[in-house]
Amino acid sequence: MSLDLILRIGTKLMLPFILLFAFYVQFHGDYGPGGGFQAGVIAAGTVILVAITFGLGAAQRIAPHGLVDRLIPLGLLIYAGTGVAGLLLGYNYLEYTGFSRTPAYGHEYGILIVEFGVLVTVSGTIIALFYAFAERSR
Amino acid sequence: MVLLTMLAVVTVAIARQRSLFAVVILASIYSFLMASVFLVLDAVDVAMTEAAVGAGVSTVILLATLHLIRTVEVRHLRPRLVPLAVTGVTGAMLIWGTLTLPPFGTADAPIHKHVVPRYLSESIRETNVANVVSAVLADYRGFDTLGEVTVIFTAGIGVILLLRGGRRRDRLADGDKTS
Amino acid sequence: MSTLKTLIEHYNYVVTIFLMMAGLYIVVARGNMVKKLIGLSVFQTSVFLLYIEPGKILGGTPPILDPAFSVYSNPLPHVLILTAIVVGVATLALGLALVVRINEAYGTVEEDEIFDGDGKA
Repeated sequence: MSLDLILRIGTKLMLPFILLFAFYVQFHGDYGPGGGFQAGVIAAGTVILVAITFGLGAAQRIAPHGLVDRLIPLGLLIYAGTGVAGLLLGYNYLEYTGFSRTPAYGHEYGILIVEFGVLVTVSGTIIALFYAFAERSR
Repeated sequence: MVLLTMLAVVTVAIARQRSLFAVVILASIYSFLMASVFLVLDAVDVAMTEAAVGAGVSTVILLATLHLIRTVEVRHLRPRLVPLAVTGVTGAMLIWGTLTLPPFGTADAPIHKHVVPRYLSESIRETNVANVVSAVLADYRGFDTLGEVTVIFTAGIGVILLLRGGRRRDRLADGDKTS
Repeated sequence: MSTLKTLIEHYNYVVTIFLMMAGLYIVVARGNMVKKLIGLSVFQTSVFLLYIEPGKILGGTPPILDPAFSVYSNPLPHVLILTAIVVGVATLALGLALVVRINEAYGTVEEDEIFDGDGKA
């Protein structure tokens, strides 16, 4: 089974770089192409790659069911919560002007937090989708 | 131009193929070509998302579905006349409609005039973010993105409700349809 | 002659409409449910193409602000289509989940066999 061996070792070598690339795309979404959605899909791709190469059990040790189920609403909560935080600081809903002394930096921090919320929900949903499809045939 | 023609060829191949596995691979090729076309059209964020989502997640979910269904399309494919006529007539009307659009790539088309110059010039001053698409997505049009995250959340919950439960397929054979 | 010139200038719109109609034909004229869903996805992606094509400016750059460039392609369609792509994959996943359940209930994914099964039941 030498082909299997190449796949396993190659996947083990590549996995940290894929996750790192996902976070790179997320945080450099301000300066280049990228942002929450792309980063979420790539981060979910890490877990899916583990599931394809090493089996569903290994993937569920990395990202257990309960954690993934809680990630999905957590991202939405982060997003809506940022809006409410804008309300509490005295501005309109989802207005980021109050997050820092300078309005420009306030907007930037708001965008970063909101994109992080998107990352969490998108990656959680895609991993949960994959688990739901993969477990159906057990 | 060449990419677009390749896209058309792949689509015709999807319509005529009978093996479902081949259709899934062709759909993945289609997504990849579409991402390349988006890149040529200067839509870099869209290209990255389409490549990740269309050629990645979409293909994985389709293959997982095929594994659960295990059929090959056995129907004998024949071109049906009524759908062909309907799509032909609709296509002709749409092409006649798009002929009044400005030619491809002109800089003084009306869609570049209203809100976009403001976004392009004010974005760095108001938000300190160089990627205009991210700034518009998360700041200027933040409500749309909130709605979109809600849609993704709903789809995730929906799939979990439909498919969670881990029933074996042979247990379902005695007619138990509830979960 | 001028219609030919117009057609060449609008060649990309013509191909996009062709892709759209091919996707629609797959949805309407093929009975297998998975193929219908793939046809729907083809249709959706060609609509995205139709939205992004007018935004391109020949000689412009992607809309990432940089002091070296002055002409940018229009970023507004990109934002709308970004949302639409992710919504599209969400609906595809839901549709496929439904197909899996239908297969478990009826034993097939061909549309007319399902209708026959419904007629007898």
